[in-house]
Amino acid sequence: MVGTNMSEAHPVASTFVKDAVLGGAQLIVIDPRRTDMVDFAHLHVPIKVGSDVAFINGLMNVLITENLYDKKYVESCTVGFEEIKKKVMEYPPERAAEISGVSVDTIREVARRLASVKPAMLMYTLGITEHTCGVNNVMSCANLQMLLGNVGFECGGVNPLRGQNNVQGACDMGALPNVFPGYQRVDNAQVREKFMQAWNVQSLPEKPGMMMPTMMKNLTTGKVKAFYVFGENLANTEPDIHHVEHELQSAEFLVCQDIFPTETTRFAHVILPAAAWSENDGTFSSSERRVNRVRTASVPPGQAKPNWWIFKEIAKRMGHEWASNSAQEIWDNEISILAPSMAGIKYARLENDGIQWPAPSEDHPGTPTLHKDGKFTCGLGVLKAIDWTPPAEVPDKEYPFVLSTGRRLYHYHTRTQTGRSQGINDLLGEETADISVQDAMAKGIADGEMILVKSRRGEVKVKARVTRQVPEGLVWMAFHFREACANWLTNPVYDPVTQTAEYKACAVRIDRLT
Amino acid sequence: MSDTFFLNGKETPFKPGQMILDAARNGGIEIPTLCYLKGAAPTGACRVCCVEVKGARSLMASCSTPVTAGMEVFTDTELVHRSRKMIVEFMLASGHHNCLMCEANGNCRLQDLAYYYKITKLQFPEKEISDIYPTEDENPFIIRDFSRCILCGRCVQACNELVVNRAISQGYRSAKSKIVTGGDLPYHESECVFCGQCVEVCPVGALTEKKAKGLGRPWEVTKIRTTCPYCGVGCQQWLHVKDGKIIKVTAVEDAEPNKGRLCVKGRFAYDFIYSEDRLKTPLIRKEDGEFREASWDEALDLVASKFKEIIKNDGPDAIAGVSCARSINEDSYQMQKLFRAVIGTNNIDHCART
Repeated sequence: MVGTNMSEAHPVASTFVKDAVLGGAQLIVIDPRRTDMVDFAHLHVPIKVGSDVAFINGLMNVLITENLYDKKYVESCTVGFEEIKKKVMEYPPERAAEISGVSVDTIREVARRLASVKPAMLMYTLGITEHTCGVNNVMSCANLQMLLGNVGFECGGVNPLRGQNNVQGACDMGALPNVFPGYQRVDNAQVREKFMQAWNVQSLPEKPGMMMPTMMKNLTTGKVKAFYVFGENLANTEPDIHHVEHELQSAEFLVCQDIFPTETTRFAHVILPAAAWSENDGTFSSSERRVNRVRTASVPPGQAKPNWWIFKEIAKRMGHEWASNSAQEIWDNEISILAPSMAGIKYARLENDGIQWPAPSEDHPGTPTLHKDGKFTCGLGVLKAIDWTPPAEVPDKEYPFVLSTGRRLYHYHTRTQTGRSQGINDLLGEETADISVQDAMAKGIADGEMILVKSRRGEVKVKARVTRQVPEGLVWMAFHFREACANWLTNPVYDPVTQTAEYKACAVRIDRLT
Repeated sequence: MSDTFFLNGKETPFKPGQMILDAARNGGIEIPTLCYLKGAAPTGACRVCCVEVKGARSLMASCSTPVTAGMEVFTDTELVHRSRKMIVEFMLASGHHNCLMCEANGNCRLQDLAYYYKITKLQFPEKEISDIYPTEDENPFIIRDFSRCILCGRCVQACNELVVNRAISQGYRSAKSKIVTGGDLPYHESECVFCGQCVEVCPVGALTEKKAKGLGRPWEVTKIRTTCPYCGVGCQQWLHVKDGKIIKVTAVEDAEPNKGRLCVKGRFAYDFIYSEDRLKTPLIRKEDGEFREASWDEALDLVASKFKEIIKNDGPDAIAGVSCARSINEDSYQMQKLFRAVIGTNNIDHCART
């Protein structure tokens, strides 16, 4: 497990990991914090925040120099070995240890343990992706698993646990600037032709659009005039709230479609009330690419309407009549027709357990494991030489602590839902800044004392939680509560490829209030 | 010798290592049990599953007795039924099992057995109220009523062997026995993480959902299967619905991927949809910055005309949108279709990257 606080962020998934440990599996937890899963781990490797690439390169150095990697797999299933070998030779365990802050012996032990069993499963969450080097971190995980010959097997592979219930589905549906549903590229003329016919339009834009951070930046430049925010509370979730609010304020026309008034809807020109989960039929797609049914249990309040209906009505007012008139019609008659990987998934097949795409035909059972037996979808798995880069903002004299952020068990994101579910606030009613015992002692901070956490972008007053979970030099916070939201402090710098923000690392200082 | 045994005289196959209870189930004979929990080690705690095994000195707990080839098992004898009935009578006297006032009424294995064995009056005196641990209902979600606890241990097994939160265990001894947290603290002061798996597996009314109390009897609700709205695991839930309102959420047994498990959010954070804060009507910002209520026609016309105006003046790429990673696939599909086919831009994204 790398960069995943599974027992809090994906509790049910973590129960199966714990079951596996009880059944005899080895667990290695790589995380700067001593997360709850460490209780079950054979080895906890507390690498420094943002040192993942160097650490993994160090592991691969050991695997290659000690001849522990899967030669047969590497030869027959992958390309790029010589390049990656050259690169990881620049990361002997001594150098990896210096960067990651764990011992040379630990690096060797992790590598040897990984090579001693097969298959080994690698799971990660946002501790890997929410860095300016997020893409490199992900590719490093893939490099490691390919070198070990673990990709393409049940209980192996590289397994990202996705944050939101339907973040997988939103990607699958083409709510991305470069692809149509089913990951078909917008710059492919043949694909566009297919969608033009299906959607009965004369043209479709071929240039990939803007990613969200670029959209928001362009609200202030005037390049983007209208911004349509559906079910996102950007004013709390995006890094550097002061700046985000300035961007939202700058929109000439902001449409918010949501189930609750939020910090974001304050900036809207029009707010459209939507039906919520359990108020309409539909599907979610989970982390494991499983399309599951969502069913209606109660009616939306007041005049709130299903989101798909709202979009259809706007299209109608702009001169487009869409035939589908229910989620099932949209899926069965459009999505499954247009996305080949989901062609075999129809509502009639989703009555009980869902189906994992790709499921190209209606008699296809679905695909639990991708790249089966090391036969990669793209042909050969690409091993890629990757260099370590530090986070964009590292501690200095003025801001000597690293701030890292994430979620806690009892709340979900900005609490629009959990904060309104009776009882949850009783279990967790406020934000804390989690700091180490050593730092608390050095600064004279008592557990539960209000402190000031300050970054170059903002400051919050928040209760200190002195805990052994956090190593010296680290402050850890979540973004559930508005007043002490970590995003007043976080750094709006992004991975150059994905534009994922570096929520996991910025520099802060902490001070007593008195 | 082949892998068969004799179940009520009928030759029946079994798998090596299989317990009598499981093998009998496969052979079409359902043996009642209170403590058996799939996926956990058999404990033989409740003894309700007792059967006669030829050659054995006493009745055997079928949940924890492995089948051997040629074994002769009898599940339906007078001795078996007499014993089971007596065990149930002991349990009925172990606390205060007044079904009328119990949340589990209609969904209780002990009640089922008492009914099956036609028990109409208590054979043994009930435990004194003063000898029963007081009910704990200080936490927001789970009521622990020790007067209804039969000490079957399913909650302990679920907590330690299935979800492995290790919050509860068997405590004290004999008549003082109690399911306890570390230090016998109330749930909310203990290591408990409120996944509610203990409630899910409780066969009686000892552990019940506080938020569901008084809202509906099992026979009054419709169960609707759905998918949890929180993280990306995709847990399968039963929504217990009465009069169009969700009153309780439980896990779908044996469903992929969660196999009957949920977490605190999935099990207890469902009622946000009934919050008074919900947006109920379209709103349009006025000149003075405040919002006023509007009809759907007015709000949608405004959005469409503003979009058309911007497309005309600045081109379609001057419009951008983000979809919702919490909402259904069909909503995201419609939104990207609106942006691509109607507005004419690929400026459509969502929060996957942030």
